Amino acid sequence: MKKFISKNFLADQDIEQLIGLQLRYGVITASVIVLLGGLIYLYQSGSSGMPSYHTFIGTKAGFTTANEIITGLKTINAKSVIQLGVIVLIATPILRIAFSLIGFILEKDRLYIGITFIVLSVMMISIFGGLKI
Amino acid sequence: MTILTFTLILLAGAYLAGLVGSLTGLGGGVVVIPLLTLVFHVDIRYAIGAALLASIANSSGAASAYVKEGITNIRLGMFLEIATTIGAVVGAVIAVYTPTNTIAILFGVILLFSAAMTIRKKNQEALTVGSKASFRLKLNSTYPTKDGEVAYQLKNVGAGFSIMTLAGVLSGLLGIGSGALKVLAMDSTMHIPFKVSTTTSNFMIGVTAAASAVVYLQRGYMDPGIAFPVVLGVLGGAFTGSKLLTRLDPKVLKYIFCLAISFVAVEMIYNGYNHQF
Repeated sequence: MKKFISKNFLADQDIEQLIGLQLRYGVITASVIVLLGGLIYLYQSGSSGMPSYHTFIGTKAGFTTANEIITGLKTINAKSVIQLGVIVLIATPILRIAFSLIGFILEKDRLYIGITFIVLSVMMISIFGGLKI
Repeated sequence: MTILTFTLILLAGAYLAGLVGSLTGLGGGVVVIPLLTLVFHVDIRYAIGAALLASIANSSGAASAYVKEGITNIRLGMFLEIATTIGAVVGAVIAVYTPTNTIAILFGVILLFSAAMTIRKKNQEALTVGSKASFRLKLNSTYPTKDGEVAYQLKNVGAGFSIMTLAGVLSGLLGIGSGALKVLAMDSTMHIPFKVSTTTSNFMIGVTAAASAVVYLQRGYMDPGIAFPVVLGVLGGAFTGSKLLTRLDPKVLKYIFCLAISFVAVEMIYNGYNHQF
């Protein structure tokens, strides 16, 4: 941790390394969960007929809210597991913004603390703002 | 067709899409949408959902390598993400009021533009005197090359920011990374060396796509049965592509693929015009 504060240049590089690792492990974790869910999905319903993707049914298909996904996970519902992987995947870049924010705070870069905070706020509005209409 | 056959064919298709997307620099997400709609007759809304996920996976996977090498300009990316995320949220909101056929036509147009952008001349020169705003926002930086660190500065920050907002809107509306527009803003407008602009654009695509992806997820655009083969296939294809790129210079391949993709784009526009979506 000492390196973080000692010099701006070093801190910059450390944060870059950290962000790089976080992005990589985020994608790997998401892929593994999606693969697991996918295998369960194929095992359970691989031989049934293909759903009609030609017509869009939207939220009626379920698994679009945290509640529905968590309920499904309790019974190891294949679609729920895949959606969990999807959420981990979407969360990966969002978490990256949070990591950058920590980095800029350690560097005491006020301008970029502000900028990163704006980006994070836009994300939060998008998640919790009820924009689904 | 059973779910198993559909999944396997889609997996193979998504793998090819990821490979072509990586070799041309267009990104796998862009190739996935015509694949799903024209070949599998999937509703374009499901295709957009899956493509967004593919874009996030691709961008995060590739960015992890570039960030470590120190080519990506993180400050510049963060600053421009204000524009792209706000744009993406706006795009996702207006998507509800936009007929699917209009989306298909717009997609085709952007695809044509992107294909043209990938084969144009690239900006290799580093600008030595930047504008006032570039200093105030601490956007000037250096990047590693074969001959050591090269310093670069940039200009036209306001214009670049505006183009980025448009890129964000299109990304939210069409479910693509709109890398071509991002590079246009950085490369041609802000005069950033092409290596920095492509990697920084890639870095931003994940965040931009995530901004609209959360809205689409809640609207039911992300179907698990489609997301599963598409995400894994595109990631695999992009990975193979990045390995191939270090060994061969796919200039000829690039032209062939861009030509092929232009035909696909015309097909999308034609079908959209005839209300096939």
